[in-house]
Amino acid sequence: MPPIVATAEITAERAATDRSDGTATEHPLLPLVVDGLTYRAGNQLLMDQVSFRIETDLRTVILGPNGAGKSVLLRLLHGLLQPTGGRIAWNGASPDVVKRRQAMVLQRPILLRRSVAANIDHALRLRKIPRPSRAELIRDALAVAGLSELASRSARTLSGGEQQRLSIARAWVLRPDVLLLDEPTSNLDPSATIIVETMIRAVQGTGTKIIMTTHDIGQARRLADDIMFLHRGGLLEHAPATEFFHGPRDRVAARFLEGILPA
Amino acid sequence: MDSFWLAAKTAFELVVSMDADLAEIVLLSLRVSLSAVLIATAIALPFGAAVALSRFPGRRALIVLLNAAMGLPPVIVGLVVYLLLSRAGPLGSAGLLFTPTAMIIAQTILVLPIIAALTRQTISDLYEEYDEQLRSLGAGPLQMIGTLLWDGRFRLTTGVLAGFGRAIAEVGAVLIVGGNILHSTRVMTTTIALETNKGNLAMALGLGLILITIAASINAAVMLIGDAADRRYG
Repeated sequence: MPPIVATAEITAERAATDRSDGTATEHPLLPLVVDGLTYRAGNQLLMDQVSFRIETDLRTVILGPNGAGKSVLLRLLHGLLQPTGGRIAWNGASPDVVKRRQAMVLQRPILLRRSVAANIDHALRLRKIPRPSRAELIRDALAVAGLSELASRSARTLSGGEQQRLSIARAWVLRPDVLLLDEPTSNLDPSATIIVETMIRAVQGTGTKIIMTTHDIGQARRLADDIMFLHRGGLLEHAPATEFFHGPRDRVAARFLEGILPA
Repeated sequence: MDSFWLAAKTAFELVVSMDADLAEIVLLSLRVSLSAVLIATAIALPFGAAVALSRFPGRRALIVLLNAAMGLPPVIVGLVVYLLLSRAGPLGSAGLLFTPTAMIIAQTILVLPIIAALTRQTISDLYEEYDEQLRSLGAGPLQMIGTLLWDGRFRLTTGVLAGFGRAIAEVGAVLIVGGNILHSTRVMTTTIALETNKGNLAMALGLGLILITIAASINAAVMLIGDAADRRYG
């Protein structure tokens, strides 16, 4: 499988135009301000009074053990779930208003029962992109995902890694301002994981803000610029990655980093 | 036993020589049942999908009703359509009773719940799987229905074929509203019933052979489509 030749070029090109000095530029959906966010399903409290502020357009990683509420938080930020309390403001706008400027990659890729190319085409058609422009966008997206040769294959017969790459390509082709990824590599082997991580870096290089969840400490170390540590529906720590991995202030986070899963 | 083999031999000759009377009957059967399935499909696919995606009071009851209506007895459907179309009935002025149109109406009513219920089930299952992804991509309700119908196309095809199998094989409804009139409303099943009563076993058996072939082909097609879809799309 050809590991993403076109990505580097596209990344370099976009980076040159969008982020000339390497610092955070004006981002249309930032800052993200979350205040007292609460989500209750039945009598279960899944998200408890979470407040934070994200200014950086670099990669934010939401870290935490299974059941911490990472997926719920992403869904709330994307407007797939409606909060039972609190506020989410993407540069002042609610998730419902800006959903179309975001894209989300779900933990288990949901691919349509169509060809690889038709999956990307479908996403573009939903956004009413006219047919003549779609062909080129599809070609680019497939190249970025390293799936050009599999364009006419049935998406459902791809390997797990290929499916996840297609899922990211389908999100990226919409040129979202924010890409949310829910445990994008949790079902993948190490080599497929590395390819997906390379893709995530490339997408971020094009000016897209990345917010992703993981329970994999190694992945968080490799990808995070900004870390949010979540546990049992609460945000225990939010810090720059270098600071967090040097020594987290929170006791539970410290134990999690040592590999002792908080009970 | 001799008479059976004689009848079978004559039947085979009738089929092979494409006897004019027999051909007319087969073609009318196909015309009536295909029209009915086409009309029912055009209504049932969007209707079944809409029921699958929407939430309203009484939805459960509607689904139960729809599933129950899959087993509508053809004679009852025939009787109701007869009452509606008969001279004294509310639609009597149209003069449709004992015409192929009346037969198409009856069979449409018969197969519509089958296709609608199978569509509802298929689309509900797909919806559960696709819902979040499609909402994330920004699909509106109509775009969702379109996507789900297309992605369910193989399973939906088998539902439509099941409806056709039911229509082509039923006798009660077409007999009551069509009247089994020679050269006008005589179809395969009504002919088989009539010719058997008259003792003309050759004609009955000949049509029986064709009917069995059609029914068996439909079932084979349903299986093959399902297998092909599984292999290609998982």
